Amino acid sequence: MASLRTQFEVPGKMKTWSYALIGLGLAALLYGMFTKGFSSDEHEQVHFWGTLMYNTIFWTLICNASMFFISVTTLAQAGFTQTFRRIPEAISTLVPIFGAITFAVLLYIVFGHKHHIYHWLDAEAVAADPILKGKAGFLNPTFFVIWTTLTIALWSFLGWRIRKLNDEADAGPMDRETSEKFIHRGTVRTAMFTVWFGLTVGSTVPWLWMMSIDAHWYSTMYSWYTFVSSFVAGMSLIALWVIYLKNKGYLELTSQEHLHDIGKFMFAFSIFWTYLWFSQYMLIWYANIPEETVYFKHRTQGAYKGIFFFNLIVNFLCPLLILMKRSAKRNYTLVTFMAVLIIFGHWIDFYQMVMGSLMKEHVSLGWLDFGILAFFVGAMILFVGTALSKKPLIAKYHPYLKESVIHQV
Amino acid sequence: MAKKKFVVGCFDDEAVLFPAVKKVRTAGYKIHDVYTPFAVHGLDHAMGLRETSLHTAGFIYGITGTATALSSISWIFTKDWPLNIGGKPHFALPAWIPIMFELTVLFAAVGMVLTFCYLCQLAPFVKKHHFHARATDDLFVMVIECTDKTNTDDLQAFLQSNGALETKVEVAEDGWWLGRYDKDEMPFEEKQIVAA
Repeated sequence: MASLRTQFEVPGKMKTWSYALIGLGLAALLYGMFTKGFSSDEHEQVHFWGTLMYNTIFWTLICNASMFFISVTTLAQAGFTQTFRRIPEAISTLVPIFGAITFAVLLYIVFGHKHHIYHWLDAEAVAADPILKGKAGFLNPTFFVIWTTLTIALWSFLGWRIRKLNDEADAGPMDRETSEKFIHRGTVRTAMFTVWFGLTVGSTVPWLWMMSIDAHWYSTMYSWYTFVSSFVAGMSLIALWVIYLKNKGYLELTSQEHLHDIGKFMFAFSIFWTYLWFSQYMLIWYANIPEETVYFKHRTQGAYKGIFFFNLIVNFLCPLLILMKRSAKRNYTLVTFMAVLIIFGHWIDFYQMVMGSLMKEHVSLGWLDFGILAFFVGAMILFVGTALSKKPLIAKYHPYLKESVIHQV
Repeated sequence: MAKKKFVVGCFDDEAVLFPAVKKVRTAGYKIHDVYTPFAVHGLDHAMGLRETSLHTAGFIYGITGTATALSSISWIFTKDWPLNIGGKPHFALPAWIPIMFELTVLFAAVGMVLTFCYLCQLAPFVKKHHFHARATDDLFVMVIECTDKTNTDDLQAFLQSNGALETKVEVAEDGWWLGRYDKDEMPFEEKQIVAA
């Protein structure tokens, strides 16, 4: 074990790149904020705040997906993650940071009374509308703010407790009794996170943050859809970091076998995403009720038609056909390519989920979207890199480490 | 099918089996098969078996299922017997996808099971020779195919020196034949318990 390189050092090149991306992103963000965000034109405001909103939500959710990955694998007593577990841990340290940005943006929208984004903020319209009145118990500023605060705070706190527990596996060898207790404590902590994750990402939060843009429309599939979208992108992000560190000569104990399992997650959840995409679409298409088809009308027949179906090709057909073969999931180059493609595809998915409802007339995808994306990519690289360098890359004394080292698919 | 001569070596430990397989292969002997009571990870690599094509076959069966469903439904609903169902277009793709999906799964599953049975030569009444009854219980049984030049005594000694607990020479059918285990010879012998 002595020869393992467990201490990650942030390379200067990585720092330069992330600062450059952040700088580029900040420039676009600030320029957009003053020309659009604070402009008197409602349309421009919606464009800016909507773009910022879907980006912040997307990045918070995909970083949080890492903690969900840790939690479910811990609950399933899966040992194979141990050789690279510090990567999802490092990615999940971004939840408080990106969560705070999301929180600020959402709060600005709610308290800034942006009723062109959230129609239910308009008290007069709600009072005159029986459907919105019926939803007022859920769609109101007080509940929104309390639930959003709780959501982000508990994601951060419960995730922090899980990471903190795993630090004990760095300290020194554990005897049998200690390891059993250690595993049990991990199970309890990850179970708490998973329950909260289910109550938030699995149900309420996507309804509250994104579905409520179409205040009249509802779909019970929506949260699942959002969850899977963020989870598959989150797995791709983990894959990218694993491959990056392998390339730099770290993670000697992680091999193709582990990559294969991550690849399987990317493949399987792409299919699951399509299943939900289709289930949501087909039921509405079949029933053809105007109050339900309103969501798909401008997406399948209007300006967003191209993006809507491009989304299906990138997120379904490509993973299905490219990642299907065993050898593809074990190929570093192909998995890298697919991971980038999947993250991009689901970013586009979030884009059409939010902007498709906010700017129905034309597709707004442009410098602002890519600028803010650059900001988040840069911030993600910088913060994950820093978080990785703070701890050993392998928790040496974890009871499941051996299982992970000899893992074979 | 032809009868062939085999040398059989039995091992009781994976850790002994793997180096033995490696040595037997390096020595140039041809391993007919290794019979194990459970799936042993990595043994296929150690034996130098090529990767199975079963999944490729599965993919082709699946595609066939999709194509069958799509072509038949689209022919029925647009050409043969067009019906107005809920005012939908005749070519109502979303409604067909569940059926296309299910036919894909059906074709792939049934096709792969049959192909697997074919590859393993498994079928009702198909019989194969058992080299050692304990291969289904607690022994790893390595079977080596002999040529005219193979010195079976040397080979047995070689296996024993590599950790084989028991070795024997057998002349046996290497393929399958029709028969029934309960009517023909039993794959195992009743052990005679002799009082000491």
